[in-house]
Amino acid sequence: MSVRTHHCGGTPIITGEDITVRYHRRTVVEVARFDLCDGETHAILGPSGSGKSTLLRVLGLLEKPTHGRVTLDGRPVTAGDKDARMMMAAVFQNPYLFKGTVAENVAYGLRLRGVPRSERDDRVAAALERVGLGGTQKSSALRLSGGEAQRVALARALVLEPRILLLDEPLSYLDPLIKRRLVTDFSEILSAEGVTALYVTHDQDEAMVVADRVSIIREGRVVRTGEVDEVMTLPTDEWIADFIGMDTALRGGIVATEEGIADIMVASEHVHARTDLPVGVDVLIGIRPEDVTLFSGDAELPPSSARNRLRMRVEAVERMGSTDRVSLSSNGLRIAASVSRAASRELGLEPGSEVLALFKATSVRVQSAVGVPTGV
Amino acid sequence: MEVFWYALVDSVKLLFGGDAALYEIIGLSLRVSGISLFLAMCIGVPLGYLIGAHRFCGRGLIIAIVNTGMGLPPVVVGLTVYMLLSRSGPIWDLYLAWVGQDMPRVLYTVTAMIIAQVIISTPLVTGVTLAAIASVPTELRLQARSLGASKLQEAVLTVKEARRGVMAAVAAGFGGIISEVGAVNMVGGNIAGKTRVMTTAIQLETGQGNFGLALALGLILIGISFVIMNGFTRVQQSGGRYER
Repeated sequence: MSVRTHHCGGTPIITGEDITVRYHRRTVVEVARFDLCDGETHAILGPSGSGKSTLLRVLGLLEKPTHGRVTLDGRPVTAGDKDARMMMAAVFQNPYLFKGTVAENVAYGLRLRGVPRSERDDRVAAALERVGLGGTQKSSALRLSGGEAQRVALARALVLEPRILLLDEPLSYLDPLIKRRLVTDFSEILSAEGVTALYVTHDQDEAMVVADRVSIIREGRVVRTGEVDEVMTLPTDEWIADFIGMDTALRGGIVATEEGIADIMVASEHVHARTDLPVGVDVLIGIRPEDVTLFSGDAELPPSSARNRLRMRVEAVERMGSTDRVSLSSNGLRIAASVSRAASRELGLEPGSEVLALFKATSVRVQSAVGVPTGV
Repeated sequence: MEVFWYALVDSVKLLFGGDAALYEIIGLSLRVSGISLFLAMCIGVPLGYLIGAHRFCGRGLIIAIVNTGMGLPPVVVGLTVYMLLSRSGPIWDLYLAWVGQDMPRVLYTVTAMIIAQVIISTPLVTGVTLAAIASVPTELRLQARSLGASKLQEAVLTVKEARRGVMAAVAAGFGGIISEVGAVNMVGGNIAGKTRVMTTAIQLETGQGNFGLALALGLILIGISFVIMNGFTRVQQSGGRYER
């Protein structure tokens, strides 16, 4: 499968090349190239069993790949390279705290590095403060709640001031409330620390909050890599679209531009989008369902800056929890809208009904289609 | 029932009567079993870690062998050590061939008793340790490694995590040898003042019809075992608030 690759703007810290991992002849990971750029938080997003944790362990020098090579700052490294491993620290799905106090846990890596006691105590205190657990040094590590335990696990890694932080589904054991709080905290801590992080998750919302770039992995292969916004709004194939809950990106051509707004012909419908690409370029466009607002077909439209106002037909309505996902079409253009349950009821949305769909030119994600496989 | 009562009185009298020979027997028992246990721990704990923490071809077979070793009849161990160390045994021949002179006699010495007891207790320590280590999640070792632990540091952490199980292993090893009579009698010879320990003394006194004395020695042995095992248990159960 040909994949649109996005390498680092700067220099990668870690690069994996031709990584293959096989367990009992079953290929778990097969990645031609993976770059972790300096300073970024890079999410590896994929469903369970897609090999994302294995890829993290290989890149984090915790597991030897069957084939392939990992380089750190351009230098080939292996799982036996102690200096390289000392630059990294990991937080796993289960916090796996060691017996003892919170302080002993957080100090573990510092002790291994021979940091003197007085400095250790200060750094432990600071790290606990950073994760919001200041003053808990003497508590038993095994009597903490799930959220607290995971915070301790993060402190235990952060205290080492690693160049690379490995996070393997750090929040997936937690209940939704704690998870929501922690995902924000983690994201803030990661950007404040300026640490480079590899963040494995199966949760796209989590990835969108924490990550700068994201790689989507399927059956051991990276099927898409790029900036979070781009990857999450422009699914390049049906599988990715399905996985992230969108319609596949649409293919179109720019027919006119005016003041940075392009008129893009998609099927036989016009879509306006903000882009710097010139006339004549073939593009992919994507619109997040949350960015589409629906009005009843005969409504008096309120004043709106939305450049796109399309009369569309409802193809399907799918219940998604608190919202309804509405599939729409018009002249061959197919998009989805996400509307609240109440709005959906009020509009009387059902297959066959007509609605007005509004979305801003800035909500339409545009990318040159050059280099993207033609299957899209 | 009276015989038990007299034995109890006798044991207290003996214990506090200042009988030098008795203290020597108790001392030797503790010394032989203590040194044996220490050596068995030195072998059994690392071995238990290596087997318990790793997946490799033939692991199941090795565990079965270790478990069989846990039930090794002391008499058979005694017999085997006796045959190995005897004048006509292979070690004697090897020593002669390599060193060029007769091997100093090991049979009927404390050394022979220790060798036998190490053979008895090592599988006990190994078997219980490996079960305890195997119950520590492998991800915990991965976590340690990810924080910069070397293989040895990983092992130390794992043994600490399995502390209760490892203490149980040590207790099992000690229990297996402090009460053991078949092997020490065979290779030690129960020589008064040299290789006589509590169990062999009990056997001797019983054989001579001194049931009271034998029983008194038995009670003292059980009492000593209790004190030591209680110590192990205290250590094992300490720090409960840091346990899972």
